[in-house]
Amino acid sequence: MAVTIKPASQPRSPIDVARIRADFPILSRTVNGKQVVYLDNAATSQKPRQVIDAMRAVFEDHNANIHRGVYEFSEQTTAAFEGARAKVARFIGAKDDREVIFVRNATEGVNLVAYTWGRDNIKSGDRIISTVLEHHSDFVPWQQLAKDVGAQIVMIDVDDDGRLRRDQLSAELKKGAKLLAITHTSNGLGTVNPVKEIVAEARAAGTTVLVDAAQAVPHTPVDVTDLDCDFLVFSGHKMLAPPGSGAVWARMALLERMRPFLYGGDMISRVTVEKTDWNELPWKFEAGTSSYVDAIGLGAAVDYLEAVGVAKIHEHELSLVAYLLPRLADIRGITVYGPKTLDDRVGVVSFNIEGIHPHDVATIFDREGLCVRAGHHCNQLLMTRLGVAATTRASFYLYNTTGECDALLAAIDKAKKVFKV
Amino acid sequence: MDDMYRDYILDHYKNPRNQGELVGATNTYSDSNPLCGDELSMSLRIEDDRVADVRFSGKGCAISQASASILTEEIKGKTLDEIKAIDRDHILENLGIPISPARIKCALLGLKTLKGAAWGLPAWPDEDEAKARSAGQGR
Repeated sequence: MAVTIKPASQPRSPIDVARIRADFPILSRTVNGKQVVYLDNAATSQKPRQVIDAMRAVFEDHNANIHRGVYEFSEQTTAAFEGARAKVARFIGAKDDREVIFVRNATEGVNLVAYTWGRDNIKSGDRIISTVLEHHSDFVPWQQLAKDVGAQIVMIDVDDDGRLRRDQLSAELKKGAKLLAITHTSNGLGTVNPVKEIVAEARAAGTTVLVDAAQAVPHTPVDVTDLDCDFLVFSGHKMLAPPGSGAVWARMALLERMRPFLYGGDMISRVTVEKTDWNELPWKFEAGTSSYVDAIGLGAAVDYLEAVGVAKIHEHELSLVAYLLPRLADIRGITVYGPKTLDDRVGVVSFNIEGIHPHDVATIFDREGLCVRAGHHCNQLLMTRLGVAATTRASFYLYNTTGECDALLAAIDKAKKVFKV
Repeated sequence: MDDMYRDYILDHYKNPRNQGELVGATNTYSDSNPLCGDELSMSLRIEDDRVADVRFSGKGCAISQASASILTEEIKGKTLDEIKAIDRDHILENLGIPISPARIKCALLGLKTLKGAAWGLPAWPDEDEAKARSAGQGR
């Protein structure tokens, strides 16, 4: 395996990890008698006390339904909810808070776009470009839409290092497509796509672009104005916020023309027997009582990430990758999938140990208190491309340490001893 | 060394019994755990309502493959009725190791394919399929 990182040139982490870890109560837990080592951050992140406290404060101090009551509790909760929207908007570089729609997660965000913009704009014979790097959440909604309306899905491959085949993408964009639905950062391999360049190329070709930023917003600076995409979705739970929080960002001009996704309370302005007028943006897309406590938790998570600095978090994760990759390469029988350098990647390391199925690897790791993901990572198209059924995936975040990389290496050694490989 | 990966489990994983193609198979059933990537195919040669011979093929984790291997050793010569009576508890008892909830499906894939073959099913009935998938999946 070619690995270009020398341990001697180990990049230093720019953040105070010990101080950060003190904010995460769960990290001091033991599992099977061992200090927990949580390396499944691409699946979901742990939550700092600040987020937990912000949510508890709502319940203990001023809980009431938002946008409805004219009493103090409701006004306070509404202010916190809309304050969270403003924080999220600023965090992702949105020009206008009203372009941020709260949803439960990135999956719901993609479905919102597929069921509204998608069903009104993608017709029989149209082409939708997807890639083998897509998480199922950014593939299946488009596959089903294509089936429903008679559109065609066009797949873009990766090279053997897990980098997107730009030549294929350019060729397909030239042929014309209604939509490019592309991941910013691969959850299976950690590859970061050159999204800004791709968006420019796609939009110049008249193709609308949706960016799945579920693995990007938590780990790298993401600015929708700079990217210049049309839609961008992400989940809160992967960025220190509770599950049930997440957002769709879209251009105001698109949102204004789109029909609502779900119908009901809060998303209306006037209802008569004959017809209903929709509420203003963003509430037109937020039917029913929102998960407002989760959204407020997301606001607190944004505060936390901004205080540390997302660019620094990215640098920290890369320092862990730089530590781990060459040491993995030294172990007999290890195959690492995805980028072997620090360029355009995040802290996701996917690998297999020859002779041991990933689920057995993860089970043995669990005995050591180590949490990793084993499986297809909701990436079956990518697994097929790589020619494997599953991989073991370690994914880092701001609270992980080189000591935890050592624990991972020791656990690999243990697994190899148990299986005698 | 490890309570789950005992020597006999690893022995069955690395040296599976009754693995390969079965010439003259009368009943064959294949299934998989898509979440894990475990795949299994079980072939039986039934003579006079008894299992005259059995072979399995597949790939996957140690638990799914060892469990299937152990099962094939047990069922040779058994009647179809005896096979249809084998239940989940029997399999877990046979394995003799603690199986966590997340790994139950791995342990039972061999039984599922065996039952499919014994009953001569073309595909697993929908209801059971739904149950088998209820373990959920995440990112």
